Amino acid sequence: MKPLPAINLAHPGALIAAVFTPWIAAGIALLIGFFASYLTALSWADLTFVLPATAFGNVIVALLSRFWLHEPISLARWAGIALITIGVGFVAHGPSRTELPAEVNSPPEVVAR
Amino acid sequence: MTLAILDLPASLPPTGPWTAAAMIASVVLCSTTGEVLTAAAMKSIGDLDDIRAHSGLRGAIRAVLTCPLFFAGVSFLALAFFSLLFALNHLNLSLVAPASASLTLVTNAIAGKVFLKENVDRRRWTAAVLVCIGVYLLAH
Repeated sequence: MKPLPAINLAHPGALIAAVFTPWIAAGIALLIGFFASYLTALSWADLTFVLPATAFGNVIVALLSRFWLHEPISLARWAGIALITIGVGFVAHGPSRTELPAEVNSPPEVVAR
Repeated sequence: MTLAILDLPASLPPTGPWTAAAMIASVVLCSTTGEVLTAAAMKSIGDLDDIRAHSGLRGAIRAVLTCPLFFAGVSFLALAFFSLLFALNHLNLSLVAPASASLTLVTNAIAGKVFLKENVDRRRWTAAVLVCIGVYLLAH
């Protein structure tokens, strides 16, 4: 968005035109990909498993901005990166889905549908 | 980016602490409701990989798009996005972004346990709290 001129509500057409610039179109395509993968993950794992795990994206963004965009990262942010990584490690070590008692006791072909 | 779209003045008008808390609370509430409804929708649909193996990608997309609960969830997520924009209109990004992102993780853990009956054990609580503090530190 930064190379584009400032968009205001008086000229909403500029916002629609911005959607078709290559970088923004690529960003929207990637966001659609994210949402599709997120929904697929939610279809076989718990929300309380998926949500902390996807927070690892914050760490990737911080590391990319450090090593690709050469932005400085403060000590507090490094601490944040460490905490998120430990948290994701914690949740990923456990089961991804809450098995209800009925599902556990039923034969495998019923569970697999 | 948001400031450029809305063409706001550089200095924001002062907002009281209760109003600020209410704005952040509405973002967190809408976001949590949206996440829980979307997760409930995806659980009711079943494993998308299985559906895709059975009836192809089109069948999987149809299964998602014909679920009313999914649209309820997406509506609340959209509402959360617009309430975030509204909050950014009045408050600083350095307050709203970390507060809403980290609080949402904790409220989702509570809502997952209460409404989705998920097994939020000590491991998941620890993860939610660690990631919550981590996101706050990173976004601040």
